[in-house]
Amino acid sequence: MKRYLEYLIEWIIKGCGFISAFIVLMIVLFLFKEGISFLNSSPLEKNYGLFVSVNNPVRKLTDLQIKNIFDKKITNWSQLGWRNDSIRTIDINNIESIFTKEQLGTNYEYLSICINHYIDSIPGTLAFFSERLLSISSGTKEIEVDKISLWSFLSGEEWFPTAKPASIMGTLPLLLGTLIVSFFAILFALPLGLAASIYLAEIADERIRKILKPIIELLSGIPSVVYGFFGLVVIVPFLQRVFHLAVGETALAGSILLAIMALPTIITVSEDAIRTCPRAMKEASLALGASHWQTIWKVILPYASSGITAASILGIGRAIGETMAVLMVTGNAATIPHGLLQPVRTIPATIAAELGEAPYGGLHFKSLFALACMLFLITMLTNIIAERISAKRKLS
Amino acid sequence: MKLSNLFLLSALLIISCTNSNQDKKNADSKSIQLKGSDTVLPLGQKAAEAFMKMHADVSITVVGGGSGTGITALMDGNTDIAMASRDLKGEEKLKFQEKQMNLEIKTIAVDALAVIIHPENKVEKLTREQLEKIFTGEITNWKDLGGDDAKIVVYSRENSSGTYEFFKEHVMSKKNYASSVLNMPATGAIVQSVSQTKGAIGYIGLAYMSPEVKAVHVSYDEGKTFVAPSIASAKDKSYPISRPLYYIYDVKKTEKVKSYIDYCLSAEGQKLVQDVGYIPLM
Repeated sequence: MKRYLEYLIEWIIKGCGFISAFIVLMIVLFLFKEGISFLNSSPLEKNYGLFVSVNNPVRKLTDLQIKNIFDKKITNWSQLGWRNDSIRTIDINNIESIFTKEQLGTNYEYLSICINHYIDSIPGTLAFFSERLLSISSGTKEIEVDKISLWSFLSGEEWFPTAKPASIMGTLPLLLGTLIVSFFAILFALPLGLAASIYLAEIADERIRKILKPIIELLSGIPSVVYGFFGLVVIVPFLQRVFHLAVGETALAGSILLAIMALPTIITVSEDAIRTCPRAMKEASLALGASHWQTIWKVILPYASSGITAASILGIGRAIGETMAVLMVTGNAATIPHGLLQPVRTIPATIAAELGEAPYGGLHFKSLFALACMLFLITMLTNIIAERISAKRKLS
Repeated sequence: MKLSNLFLLSALLIISCTNSNQDKKNADSKSIQLKGSDTVLPLGQKAAEAFMKMHADVSITVVGGGSGTGITALMDGNTDIAMASRDLKGEEKLKFQEKQMNLEIKTIAVDALAVIIHPENKVEKLTREQLEKIFTGEITNWKDLGGDDAKIVVYSRENSSGTYEFFKEHVMSKKNYASSVLNMPATGAIVQSVSQTKGAIGYIGLAYMSPEVKAVHVSYDEGKTFVAPSIASAKDKSYPISRPLYYIYDVKKTEKVKSYIDYCLSAEGQKLVQDVGYIPLM
């Protein structure tokens, strides 16, 4: 009876291990399946097309050109390499101001005829319609639109996923925003965290340590949205006053906030690393006449260096993935950052802010998954590096 | 001894299972789920509270998350009513058609958007054309609008918000926002940011108006008449930036949600609309 019970428990534990590994694997697979399926699709809405007259020599438009046409920044075909003729756009929204209800039919059954006729008579027309509604006549042709490639996704400089008719999906500003915020966060957090961990491990006496340690660990227990609110109400106006900025929501505010949030990780992990320094080594150093500080600087820190590196990389991982706090204080403007005192938009903030509204299974939805894949790869890379570095320590 | 324990345990388990099943059944017939727009949320909540007070056997859950979240949930059958502050998008309409769901869309109130600036800003009124140029990034300094020589800091909602789309459609003639626009995750955050940034401009639902910010008078006839946002001016339609708020539900569920929606449209329900700060239909 007892033996069976043991078997059973063993199996349950084994099962739990397998199930959790399986779940993680499935999540990753799902993420990449959704993310990759988005590449090579057209930036236009599904089943929609852009139509012009056959006499129009323009064959191809990029997503940015389409956006500028519908934003009225490009208004003449000569800007696109045709003759001097103004661009007239028609789509489902302005169609009733051009044709009457009778002309179109109650269920738009005559729409095709109307549009084809319109394109024939006014050659400068650019029509945006669903292929279900519009059947092309001989006088009309469909314009090719560049598909979204991995390169355009990574190097594009504008992020307008909900732009109509063509979504613009360039993630360069988001990627740079994420990197700049995380980089400076770690730059602020590392010296502070290192100093605190040295103090806790080597200098502080036991009584103070017993008070300080839980307080620092408490920092990691504060929900990130609370940090975000604190940042918006305290850090943002503070930066505005100190640097005389027009806008307080900047990369700097995000970095400071993330630095505070990464501190507990850095302090705990590097303190552990410092504590692993063998007593014999420390005593040998002190016996040779080195001072306490010399021992810390020349013996303990070099010994713990791999652990400290791992701590800072884990801190970076935390900073890169942080969502809510950053969302609230960085301003989320999707422009390429030129400095610390500018608003930036990070990848996790973008996913959190936009996923709620993106129609399920649509292009915008999938592009957010592609962003999630990017984020996953970045954090996985940092984790692998951290793992490697701490493994090296064990070998030596 | 052991065996009897086991029996007892299993008996208990069975009883609790059947019990919870019954609970579920009850809950299904008398619980209504609302999900969607954060703009409609305060109204939905208030109406739900009042309605539950009158009908003790009904429980109503109201959840926010954005118009799109609610519509997606409706599509997947995860909510009974979707609250929305915008019309259905083409993509969404097609999805509902594919699922062969017939929708009923009820307007329950009207919301007006106020354009807000820092209270120390001298500018009092703006035309629609000026607003369009500010939000598309063509005008970047307050001195071009009769104010001080200061950079304009534009705050907008995230592109997941129904308010974002509405403003784009009705004020910016569907042009895209400038990339330099700051996107805030919530209306409250816009109020907070505008109140602490001198050159700021932003838009919020009338219900969120606070004395820490100043509302601009808006003109839609190229500067002939300027109207301040208020419940009165939105009601007589003289204030131009207003939009309907919807409850959307599957026709098949009419029986289940009818009494609640009727309450919202009744005189009593419409009084709540006014309390929350929106514009009642009557």
